[in-house]
Amino acid sequence: MSDETGTVYTETVVYSATEAFTPEAPYQLAIVALNSGGRVTGRILGDRVRIDDRVAQVEVRGGVPCFSVLRTP
Amino acid sequence: MRSKSGCANWKTAEPNKLTIMRPVVVIGIGKTPFGAFADRDLRSLAVEAGRKCLQNGHASPSLVDAFFLGNFAGPSFVGQNHLAPYVSTALGIYGVPATRVEAACASSGSAFFHAYNGVASGAFDIVLVAGVEKMTSQPTPKVTEILAAAGDCAGEIKAGSTFASLFAMIARRHMHQFGTRREHLAAVAVKNHANGALNPDAHMRKTITLEQAMAGKPIADPLNLYDCSLISDGAAAVLLSPAERAAEFTDKPVRVLGIAQASDFVALDQKPDITTFPAVRRASEKAYRMAGVGPADVQFAELHDCFTIAEIIALEDLGFAPRGEGGPYTAEGHTARTGERPINTSGGLKSKGHPVGATGVAQICDLVLQLRCEAGERQIPRHSLGLAQNLGGSGATCVVTILGTI
Repeated sequence: MSDETGTVYTETVVYSATEAFTPEAPYQLAIVALNSGGRVTGRILGDRVRIDDRVAQVEVRGGVPCFSVLRTP
Repeated sequence: MRSKSGCANWKTAEPNKLTIMRPVVVIGIGKTPFGAFADRDLRSLAVEAGRKCLQNGHASPSLVDAFFLGNFAGPSFVGQNHLAPYVSTALGIYGVPATRVEAACASSGSAFFHAYNGVASGAFDIVLVAGVEKMTSQPTPKVTEILAAAGDCAGEIKAGSTFASLFAMIARRHMHQFGTRREHLAAVAVKNHANGALNPDAHMRKTITLEQAMAGKPIADPLNLYDCSLISDGAAAVLLSPAERAAEFTDKPVRVLGIAQASDFVALDQKPDITTFPAVRRASEKAYRMAGVGPADVQFAELHDCFTIAEIIALEDLGFAPRGEGGPYTAEGHTARTGERPINTSGGLKSKGHPVGATGVAQICDLVLQLRCEAGERQIPRHSLGLAQNLGGSGATCVVTILGTI
């Protein structure tokens, strides 16, 4: 897990995708407000997230940041 | 006056700009029906709308001084480029400037803006402006992909965004900040379908219930099929002239009272607040100022309901409803055909259809029908001042036009 963390600004689950992404649907997208500043559109892996959930970047897939919900121990 | 860099300070010249413009009127309109037409190609649609428009304006093609064509993605949808002279010559318009304008779903709104400026400035007298899109020859996932190219392909689109998903994220945030509910979104769809059912040129002429609108197939949560505009083929055209020449062509000229185009970020994640569209606010403020009217004076409007949430936010950005209250304002019936300010009496993009490059000019045609009292079964009683709002992408382009007979 990278150090990049942030908060979900908004999110959606895509059911009807573009031709290239159809095999992956449904999948969750979110705009994440990064703690380091700025916002980025990324994929959510694992559990579904909601607005204001805290997330951490878990990988970068083909140049796309992927996040998962950040669980406090 | 010179700025520090030594260049002429262009800002000081701006206040005088409007005063040198001459009044412009719409003297003719023409539209094809909107729908899925397997046997029609792009050019035949544009030519049909253009011919009907020239006939409606009692003008021969040889009188046209310039041609503007709004088209979003002809090269991607049908493989044809160089579209403006391709269409204008088929209309019998030869030799004059023929220019294609692309601004995503605001392509023909922008074409109309540039055509207006051409006439208002005195560069041209008679200008034909058309919009066209031929979409249904491609399967839906391919159409979704072509439309997505109006977003930021290096960011949001690479991550898997579609336009429905971008507006779904806008809806989700609007719901979070203002308490907008699913029922409010559905109320937009129910109202626009009720209007479109009365429009003989609409793509989908059927009414839907609130229950149906709530239970559509999911597209991008929280938006379902009934929140999304249609994939359509179609074309529309309008003919402009200086006001002083209107009597040569028509006894029902419609005046362009105010018009403005504004721009903003293409990528949704670059906008500080996605529950409002600054380009809509900027364009409408300018158009209101030019027309010398305010939101309360606008009797009816054609708004860009590419997705139901877009109509709700447009109501707020144009000043028709307080911020955050576009949903309840719709659910209370104020925007119905019988309400205080009818919105999308044509059926809107939702029911009339959304051949994206044709939409901006089609909105102008639908305003003109109401203003001339030619809207048939959907005619409204107060029809002397109307507004059209045409949005490109997730708000990167907006054109606002105010038309009137007063």
